Amino acid sequence: MTLSAFDPQPARSAATEPVHHHNVSPSARVTRKILVLGATSGIAEAVCRIWASQGAQLFLVARNAEKLAAVAADLKTRGAAYVGTAVADLDDTAKHSELLSHAINSLTGMDIALLAHGILGEQPRAEQDFHHAAQILHTNFVAPVSLLTWLSNYCVQRRSGVLAVISSVAGDRGRKSNYLYGSSKAGLSAFLAGLRNRIDREGVTVMTIKPGPVKTAMTAGMKGSEKFADVNKVAQSIVAAIDKRVDTLYVPLQWAPIMWVVRSIPERFFKKLNL
Amino acid sequence: MPASTAEPTASTSQASSESLPSGKPPFESWGRYPKYNARLVQLHWQSDFPSILAGSHEYVLPVGMGRSYGDVCLLKDGVLLQTTGMNRLLDFDPRTGILTAESGATLAQILDFAVPRGFFLPVTPGTKYVTLGGAIANDIHGKNHEAAGSFGNHVPCFEIVRSDGTRILCSPRDNAEWFQATIGGMGLTGLITWAQLRLKPIVSRGIDYEGIQYHGIDEFLELKQRYKNVEYTVSWVDCVSTGKNFARGIFMLGEHSRVPGELKPSPEPRLIFPMDAPGFALNRTSMSAFNAVIFHKQRKPHVRLVQDYEPFFYPLDSVLHWNRMYGRNGLVQFQYVIPWEGAKEGTIAILRAIANSGLASFLAVLKAFGDIPSLGMMSFPRPGIMLALDFPIKPGVTMQLLERLGDMTLDYGGRLYPAKDAAMTPRQFQTFYPNWERFARFRDPMITSSFWERVTDTNGVKPTV
Repeated sequence: MTLSAFDPQPARSAATEPVHHHNVSPSARVTRKILVLGATSGIAEAVCRIWASQGAQLFLVARNAEKLAAVAADLKTRGAAYVGTAVADLDDTAKHSELLSHAINSLTGMDIALLAHGILGEQPRAEQDFHHAAQILHTNFVAPVSLLTWLSNYCVQRRSGVLAVISSVAGDRGRKSNYLYGSSKAGLSAFLAGLRNRIDREGVTVMTIKPGPVKTAMTAGMKGSEKFADVNKVAQSIVAAIDKRVDTLYVPLQWAPIMWVVRSIPERFFKKLNL
Repeated sequence: MPASTAEPTASTSQASSESLPSGKPPFESWGRYPKYNARLVQLHWQSDFPSILAGSHEYVLPVGMGRSYGDVCLLKDGVLLQTTGMNRLLDFDPRTGILTAESGATLAQILDFAVPRGFFLPVTPGTKYVTLGGAIANDIHGKNHEAAGSFGNHVPCFEIVRSDGTRILCSPRDNAEWFQATIGGMGLTGLITWAQLRLKPIVSRGIDYEGIQYHGIDEFLELKQRYKNVEYTVSWVDCVSTGKNFARGIFMLGEHSRVPGELKPSPEPRLIFPMDAPGFALNRTSMSAFNAVIFHKQRKPHVRLVQDYEPFFYPLDSVLHWNRMYGRNGLVQFQYVIPWEGAKEGTIAILRAIANSGLASFLAVLKAFGDIPSLGMMSFPRPGIMLALDFPIKPGVTMQLLERLGDMTLDYGGRLYPAKDAAMTPRQFQTFYPNWERFARFRDPMITSSFWERVTDTNGVKPTV
């Protein structure tokens, strides 16, 4: 694990100086301390650009050092008051507590954590190769559970914080085209619902973000990807929902009724569909 | 399969017709002509090229927003590497105004960043929906050519990656020949990964605007001379009228307002890209409606006002996808610069030929280029008069007219602009750009474009419509 920080001085001065914002909701006017896990994911990067322009303090974690450096430079340029980074493979749950405590020490606190790392995997391969299936479940479900266990305990102690986690509409019902990815996200969504039920009353917001297909590097080249949702619009919705402390966000919003229908179809019909 | 009459014969192969079942290619240039099949690959990271090709031996071409008009951003049956996902702003120094950004950042995105900080583009074309890389690769120009030269004059350095993975840092000092070859190099020398751009300070979004009606080229030249110290000058010229209204137009000038004003970012465009809206055909009604909007906007011979920079620089950007007005056949642009020696005579002769053809549709742009030399080997601008206008694609007519106009341009010592072209012949290109063989040595062996294949074709094959 490599730890580095971009120009730590402005972080301290920005905490005391007023920061100027354009079109920022009142709750965003304080310079917030935000931890982003999987910061080079398309959705996370777009969300971070909005936070950076609001003058937030960010700590970014990603696997690829070169990509992380490019994202960090961009967010710094766009106005983030502080950008710290750590290169880490989040599959390595043994290192989570060291990583998270370092990140929060660098930020001198944490108001929001965004968990955005995940892999799509290859469904046909996962059907044949359990190791690949287990890999999808580990990255998308087990690793976030490890991170959220640590982070939720941190937030409960402070009786504040937002844990915003990117799940997926694919977790709402298993479909033959991507049920490994879907079941990893279903597990994650169920975990988040339970965690929310436990700690919302402790002053900690647990937010389940369920994006439909979004135009990002992860989905590039997929069939119909030119019609997927614009990542910047999705990011705007996520930032607004975090400010409002929404429990579950379907984004774009039309996925809420669509998934209601998908969930309502009786299984005896559903099992015959090609979805 | 698109209407076969609009297809160049070269692309009606079996493979193309199979892979264009709905008639919609995966990537179109702004003129939507020609239409070629290609594989579109999105780049998101500077490290994506060449590794994303995973050892494939297909020809590739880096592309941005596809706002060049003809085939300079197309590669028939090849791989288009679209850079728009590579749009990070890597550094900005407010003391020098130098912005470092990945090449897929658009000028619109750069403006959204720069304007609230009190900075503006050093040179901007008539649309902000072009990428930084595309602006360098076509060495674009703007209304301030006389004051500022072309885009490449404001790019201190950039990096290109070759298909073998070699990275070359290019500036006037480092690898100067690569710098000169890449500015205006039509994307052929390698993928531009990032570039620096020297922004200029502004204190307001406002432009002190003046619009002055003129009749004929003499009056245009007189106005150009009178206002030679004004930063931005351009004119709309009527290419349809003959007789006493021949070459009438509106001379437009502007300067950044010196009265401090609010530097808020531009609003989002109200219209969403209508991806599957059918284009309405160009007809006399829509044509005269468009002309009326422009001409009757200015009722008096001389108008002065303070205007936001958006309508001043980007009047057509508010009509997203305006190219659909030309229908699915598309349009071609014709843009020349003729050096001062033959500029007046040539412009009158060409305007007359255009008016007599009855083919010109919307208003054309007439402008003078200044003396600041462009840095690129293949840059289009040079001192003289520049004319640009659109033609609808009319099978059997448009291409013949364009070849004749190209020859007239050649006779008057001028040249055409590759970024706007779908028609120049190899002979014309090679005469317009005598450096082309020297430039060819810098082309990446795996990168080419349909434009390049067309104009360097020694068999002299040209598109037929």
